[in-house]
Parts: sequence; structure tokens; C-alpha cells
Amino acid sequence: MIKNISNLGDAAVYCDFGNDVNKSINSKVIKYFKTIKEKKFQGINNLTPSYNKLIISFDLKITNFKEVKKFIENINIEDSEKTNAKKLEIPVCCHENFSMDIERLEKILKLTREKILENFFNKEYFCYMTGFIAGMPFLGDLDENMRAQRLETPRVKVPKGSVALTEQFANIYTFDSPGGWNILGNTPLGVFDSSKEDKPNLINPGDTVIFKEITLDQYKNFNE
Amino acid sequence: MSNNYLDIIRPGINTTFQDKGRDHLYHIGIPFSGAMDNRNYLIANKLVNNNLNAAVIEFAYQGPHIKYSGENINFAITGDVIFSIKKKDTEIEGNCYQSYQIENGDEINIVSTNKSVYGYLALGGELDLKFQWNSCSINTKANIGSNDGKKLDTGQRVNLKKINLNKDIKKTNYINTKIENIRVIKGTNFDYFSEEGKKIFYEKEFKVSKLSDRMGMRLEGPKMENIVNTNIKSEGLIKGVIQVPADGNPIIMLSDHGTVGGYPKIGAVVSADYDRLVQMAPGSKIKFKEINLSEAETLFKLYEMETQNLLSQI
Repeated sequence: MIKNISNLGDAAVYCDFGNDVNKSINSKVIKYFKTIKEKKFQGINNLTPSYNKLIISFDLKITNFKEVKKFIENINIEDSEKTNAKKLEIPVCCHENFSMDIERLEKILKLTREKILENFFNKEYFCYMTGFIAGMPFLGDLDENMRAQRLETPRVKVPKGSVALTEQFANIYTFDSPGGWNILGNTPLGVFDSSKEDKPNLINPGDTVIFKEITLDQYKNFNE
Repeated sequence: MSNNYLDIIRPGINTTFQDKGRDHLYHIGIPFSGAMDNRNYLIANKLVNNNLNAAVIEFAYQGPHIKYSGENINFAITGDVIFSIKKKDTEIEGNCYQSYQIENGDEINIVSTNKSVYGYLALGGELDLKFQWNSCSINTKANIGSNDGKKLDTGQRVNLKKINLNKDIKKTNYINTKIENIRVIKGTNFDYFSEEGKKIFYEKEFKVSKLSDRMGMRLEGPKMENIVNTNIKSEGLIKGVIQVPADGNPIIMLSDHGTVGGYPKIGAVVSADYDRLVQMAPGSKIKFKEINLSEAETLFKLYEMETQNLLSQI
């Protein structure tokens, strides 16, 4: 369960579920997230579940760290879990127009471009969380030999649709945004749609994702 | 069609509609947004007899030049802002923190903010804007909110749905105080930094970089050595959190921040200092001062009391 509860600044509670990243820890985080969300505790204004942390932010005008911490410590987590996980296929083009960090990856991973792509596409990924900018899915796990750190200085602008790697994870940038992940390719598929206020995200925590390589022509002619 | 509207002659650098922002959406990656400087946002609305959570026009550095058409209406500008009001035969310098009445054909020209970043223009009425997740706040990074999530542009027209009947002119004497230090609470990865790095964080000055916007404020300064890991597993963020990437230059999360991030958190700016933090223009010097949670909570109570006092006097 929660290993440690501390404050993050003066208006958020930081729940630490440990340092490991795996489905079992992540599903505990999600259970807490769902339970707390349903209880609608007065003053809590946001919940951010991630691999192994849950951050609960609140309105300091209404409540405070002590009260929210007490509320979380006294919560009972039910074990029943309805899942409606989906399996999705995401087309990705790795043409040199898009694979901005392939050379960096070749150097760090000591693998050829061909081998990197082969490893990347021959894999099923699990969606641990969504976030950063609107709907970005955090997918895992890449094999040990595919793990690279973030860029030393994050880019000011990563192109929308970029598919990128960091450590054991892959993600998709849903908008042009700053970011420090190693960019491998780009998907023409829309992953976030703000006109659907109920369900803006294509990929949700618990879903399975496979990437399918497409050519530049297929990318250009892509039609959702 | 509305008979009361604004025409944008010049939009300014980063002019958006903002209100109180949107909540309960971090888990799908949508940040709070909303007015950056909350106190100035509230005062602007109060000066024109609006609901306090009404939408206003937020601008940064250079503001918009606007022509108004319609029935007489009040407006007010807050922040530290240089602007003029052009009537048929005259042009006068405007003062912040007081409302003015304008009539058909009048223009408001917001030249710039002065040694600060954000200013607010409130109109006594209701702007006709699209709401997304209960807020019209524009998030230009994710194209969410009114105006298709984009900043205001030349030649566009902004309609008013209604105009306040109460047209009393109001004024207050508020001065945007500068503070010497930005107060912070130790972050969850504070111990990732060397003793020397921790000392630098609290003792040295950092400079606000030009690469700052509504999403984040990048700082430049002496490098803080990370002795554990320059990456953490991506996890949630809140506004005010200070992340330090591998290059050692801190980034402070602001209102349009990404909801998760993977750089170590050295600290978090306290809520009471947030409004003043966001007003620090590129080139300004920042020094951090550590305080504890209960001090931060007390400071916030004082900040909130002061805000309520200011509003009740208008």
C-alpha cells in the first residue's frame, strides 16, 4: 500500500507507493485514485496517478495537508476492479524527418537503427498513466537494452505526434510542447480530442498498445 | 448578433481569455490554467462590478489595442501597466486600479506592462466565450478553451453577451509589491543534490530566462550538482514545483504546466508567493528562501486575508 505520505509544497499530498514500476504497484495507485475521486473530499481539486506515486492537490482556502493526509490514511480500498481495457494499434513513421534522436539512441544503446526499430515494434505496451499535456500516454516496458535517459536540456518544442522513449517507457506527444524524451518517430493518429469532454483520450491507463511501422507515403496519406 | 463588441486592432504578444481555470483534470493531462496572477484578476473584475470568476483578457508584456463599439461600458486594468484611452478628440493616459467608462468608438491601447509580466483587462459585462470543462481559460499548448484555444489575433471581434447595469466608477490604491525572496518548501527530491548544490539553491541568485511562458519559468544560474539521478520516474506536478533537469538549470512549473514530469523536484514555491513569482520578467533576479509547511500555511492565510480586504474595500 502507500509507503509514505508527505507534502509537496503547501497545497499537495505526495503518496509514495515505492520505487518499482510494475503493473501490480500501478494498479494499487489506480485503485486509490478511483476511490478518492469517488469520495469527493471537499477541497481536493486534482488527483495525479503515475507509475508508483499519487499526488493529491487541494485548495488551501478550503483544506490543508493535515486534513487530507488524515482522510487518505483512513480510506479503505476495495479490491473489486472493473476493467474496460482496450487493445490499440498505433501507426508510427520513423522516416528521418521524424526520428530526431535516432543517432543519439544508436550511440547510447550501441544498437543499429534497424535493431532499435525491430525491438521497438516487436513489443506490446501497457499504459500506466496519461498526462503531461492533454492525453499523453505513458507506456511500458521497453527491454533493458532499449533504455536511454532524457535529454540533458529538454527541447523547447517537440512536434505533435512524436513517439519518444525514456528509460523503460514510450510516449506520444499529443501537442507541440516542450519535452526531453528521445524522439524515434511520429504518428499521424490523433490521440487527444478536446471536443469529447467525457472521453478526450484515445489511450487510457490499463490499455494495451502495439506500434505498427508505416512509410512516409502512408503517413502523408493517413486518414483517420 | 451582439451590438456590443471589441475589435482587436493589435493583439499584443500573448493575449488570452482567462478565468478561474479548470480542475479535476490533471489525471488526463489537463492543467489548471486560469489567470496567472490571481489577485490582480479578482481585483479587475471587482472594479467593473463583475462576478469575481468572470472571464477577463490577460496580456503579457505588450497588451492589445482595442476598439469598442456599443452601449457605454466600464473597464478596468490591473497590474503594472501603461495604457491610454482614445476618445473622439482626446487621448488620455490611463491609471490601473480604477474603472473608466467608454463609449461607442473609443479605443484602449495597452502599450506594455512595466517591469512585470501580466496585466488584466476586465470589461463590465459578460464576454461571449466558449466554455470547455467549465472554464473559458485558453491553454494555447493544448488548444483548449475559448477562441479555439489560441491567443487573440489581429482583426478578430469579441462579442459581449451582456453589459452590467451597475456602472459605478470604482477605484482602489493597490501597489504590486516586489519581494526580495521567493519562499519555497523543500522538494521531494531535495536530497538528490550535493551539499554544495543545496547551498547554491538557497544562497545564490538565479536569473529568469527569456524561455519562460505560462507553462514554466526557466532559470539560469550556478549549476546545482545532482549526486543521485538526474531522472526520476515521471510523476505528478503542481504549479510552483521547481524541477532541475540534468543541465542544472531549474524550471518552475506555472499555471499551464505539464501535469507530470520526470526531473527531480528540488523545491516548491509557496502558494502565497505565486502571484508575485509569475510577475518576474526575464532578466529579473530570484533568490529562494526555505520555510516550513506551517509557515507557508500561515503566509497563505495572510495573503488570502489581504486579498479579501482589498476586494471588500472596492
